[in-house]
Amino acid sequence: MFKKSAEKSYNWLDDRFKITPLVEFMRHKQVPIHKHSLWYYMGGVALFLFLVQIVSGILLLLYYQPGVDSAYESIRFITTKVSFGWLFRSVHSWSANIMVFFVFVHMFSTFFTRTYSKPRELTWLTGSVLLVLSLVFGFSGYLLPWNELAFFATKVGTDIAGAIPLIGDPIKLLLRGGEGVTGATLSRFYAFHIALIPAVFTLFLFLHLLFVQRQGMHEPEFFHKLPENKKRMMPFFPNFVLRDALLWLLVLNIIIYLAVFFPWEIGVKADAFAPAPDGIKPEWFFMFMFQALKLLPAHMFIMEGEVFGILFFTLAGLVWFTVPFWDVFIKESMRPKIMKLFGISVIAFILILTIWGYLV
Amino acid sequence: MAFNRRAFLNTILGGGVIGWLGSIFYPVISFLIPPKIPEANVQSVNAGSIADIALNSSQILKFGRTPVLLIRSKTGEFKALAATCTHLDCTVQYRQDRQDIWCACHNGIYNLSGRNLSGPPPKPLSEYLVNIIDKEVIISKPKQMG
Repeated sequence: MFKKSAEKSYNWLDDRFKITPLVEFMRHKQVPIHKHSLWYYMGGVALFLFLVQIVSGILLLLYYQPGVDSAYESIRFITTKVSFGWLFRSVHSWSANIMVFFVFVHMFSTFFTRTYSKPRELTWLTGSVLLVLSLVFGFSGYLLPWNELAFFATKVGTDIAGAIPLIGDPIKLLLRGGEGVTGATLSRFYAFHIALIPAVFTLFLFLHLLFVQRQGMHEPEFFHKLPENKKRMMPFFPNFVLRDALLWLLVLNIIIYLAVFFPWEIGVKADAFAPAPDGIKPEWFFMFMFQALKLLPAHMFIMEGEVFGILFFTLAGLVWFTVPFWDVFIKESMRPKIMKLFGISVIAFILILTIWGYLV
Repeated sequence: MAFNRRAFLNTILGGGVIGWLGSIFYPVISFLIPPKIPEANVQSVNAGSIADIALNSSQILKFGRTPVLLIRSKTGEFKALAATCTHLDCTVQYRQDRQDIWCACHNGIYNLSGRNLSGPPPKPLSEYLVNIIDKEVIISKPKQMG
């Protein structure tokens, strides 16, 4: 009975939208099995966490009230009065952080397997945009509880944007909605966080996934060289999808465990006329930049230290995100070694500065 | 090149598209720039009576919308400085134990005259005038600040 009606609906849709080729495509999609197959799952986990963000974010929206006199209070209300409010708020914060973590893992695994090279340059570029948007998501969401850590992090972050030569000042004004960080900034960050960034993110996510589906899974060099009959493959559907689902379930369990046993702090309400508190730190994923800015002297060459730092990180980001376009100029025999060394030095730089930042 | 009818129409069309884009983006961009909110031009602030301010202590006062750090040193002298760090806009604090001014954000240190001693701050903190009138501590803007 059920089978019959399912078949009927399928035929109804197929008659109108010709979905059979799509189903055939899914059925024939194969995922290579080799020693690095684990990395194929990282992007999927990041995608799942984005979905968790959407669901928990929409729930929080029902009670959250932006505004200097209401933001902090509404978060307190959510965590203390609303049924399971504490859970959804903590899940939102934890899963945001873990999402950034997996986006980084996904990016580095793509880098080290050199998946970014031709023909996947645009997949890498859209992924880079998604990484930057994830960080902006984190930065804008950080301010919404209007606590003192977030207040000063936003002051510093927007002031950094303001230090960019020529275009810095108008950008700072646009971000802050005024001279200082005030209720106007909170309104703007709220709009960015719940409307603008999700819209742009979804667009790039769609493109990113479209490219992945169109080009299929990347085969690492050693796998690619194997004769066809030696290549082990698994069907994308249902084998890979089910494994994905299992991992997603595992990640969700970890997040709920963290949310229950290590609830995310609300902090102290922001006060524009209180000094920056001792031990103030940004979110962990900005820590390496924060620490680098701390170490730079007041003046470097002909510019202020912070301007040098900003130029350095902008340039470094550009070099990193355009890797598919310049690594082809390195001699092919040397390329894997050089790129590996480059990737390891980037990770070492980030790790050392991050740990240093937490130690001092 | 002859200026024929097609080229003419293309120019008109192209100009029209640019004009149309301008008419959309100009209002949007103008909307994004926040209007200037007039600020009361505060010239001076009363920090209270001398007797209420302990030696080796500090407080942050609202000078309009700007925070100002008032310090009373161990020897009883008063000093008022802009409380906004010249590095990245955080609010600084007076450290009683070390008798210096410290910014927690990036570990910038100033001396009691507001001079940047170490860490990333590129400039000193600007100074405000402190006058004692009838045993009341009055902080005012120096003339060059306007």
